[in-house]
Amino acid sequence: MAIKVHGSFFSPATMRVLACLHEKGLDYEFVPINMGTGEHKKEPFILLNPFGQLPGFEDGDVKIFESRAITQYITYTYTDKGTPLVYHDPKEMAVLFVGMQVESQHYDPPAGKLAWELTIKPFLGMDTDEAVVEEQEVQLAKVLDVYEYRLAQSKYVSGDSFTLADLHHLPTFHYLMGTRAKAVIDARPHVRAWCADILARPAWQKVIAMQHS
Amino acid sequence: MAIKVHGNPLSPAAQRVLLCLAEKDIEYEFVYVDLATGQQKKEPFISINPFGQIPAFEDGDLKLFESRAITKYIAYAYADKGTPLLVEDPKKMALIQVWSEVEAQRFDAAGQKLSFEILVKPIKCWATDEALVEQLQAQLATVLDVYEKRLAQSKYLAGDNFSLADLNHVPRINNLMKTKVRALFEQRPHVWAWCADILGRPAWQKVLAGLN
Repeated sequence: MAIKVHGSFFSPATMRVLACLHEKGLDYEFVPINMGTGEHKKEPFILLNPFGQLPGFEDGDVKIFESRAITQYITYTYTDKGTPLVYHDPKEMAVLFVGMQVESQHYDPPAGKLAWELTIKPFLGMDTDEAVVEEQEVQLAKVLDVYEYRLAQSKYVSGDSFTLADLHHLPTFHYLMGTRAKAVIDARPHVRAWCADILARPAWQKVIAMQHS
Repeated sequence: MAIKVHGNPLSPAAQRVLLCLAEKDIEYEFVYVDLATGQQKKEPFISINPFGQIPAFEDGDLKLFESRAITKYIAYAYADKGTPLLVEDPKKMALIQVWSEVEAQRFDAAGQKLSFEILVKPIKCWATDEALVEQLQAQLATVLDVYEKRLAQSKYLAGDNFSLADLNHVPRINNLMKTKVRALFEQRPHVWAWCADILGRPAWQKVLAGLN
């Protein structure tokens, strides 16, 4: 099969790519990478991602890494398939670019750290650092205040359609909803409604189902 | 003028946008934002960037923020002007996307914090955290080892031509060259040659000349 995703069903970055493939209705082969044995730091995986982090991606002779680059490659290559996820008019695209940068530069730092402390560390038998949790909840609250303002004006972060800018948030929201950090989301009605909407999408439900199977 | 950049010309993020406009040979009006008085946290600036950070950007009625979103917009909207910074072929464009993400997620993650510790803190009379600087240098060194291997295979990060992925690095590298972090670049011959090339571009020289 031309499209292959090398990663883990539990890795947020891998889940980001899978969400995109399911939204586009694309077939792919999943190649599980065992982080427990350090498979991600050795050949052949490290030839696909020289930074030794999940996921890696192939589409024929295209071999790339960085989940947000992969999702953009998929959406701009398979424009006619499934959910559009992007705009093609430069001015609409620009608002989408802003939404994607806001997710990776403002939202993901606190959200990623909270997911790590509250979900992944306990799973690995490590202790949660409560000081970090408190500090990052404050940061997340400040960021989500801006989102609350934005989502009072449009249904999704970059306009009235679901796009990559919304999709990129799914894996960390999925993890945060199972933790005390859910309160930060729930305290903001437009953010809460938007979260519920995007997490309920059938494509995302398929990605979650893979964790259970 | 249709295009306006709001910021401080010494800010690397603002410089990223100015460089892109210079590469594209596009005219613009620069609107100075006084960071010392917190102008970026108040109206009218905060209506353009609700995160209260520079730069902000206008093109007619389009208002944007996040320097990397702005440079990407300029590169798409003005694809026919000046230096091509993107490509149409999705497979080649994929590499520009990859190395643009690497710059934002990995290179600048360490680079921005190093810049803050070594260059910004002393201006505010705050103490540099030397232990953090050592840790960040080690982090950046690991990233630059990957760059060294990559740049041994192609002249620029995404291939044989200068692209948006290279451009986004320029202001931060320029800053770090003024510090001891310069050694990390100097120790890696392909990285060093690439730095000299991208910092030597006429568009960047024009941005630097404009600062004076």
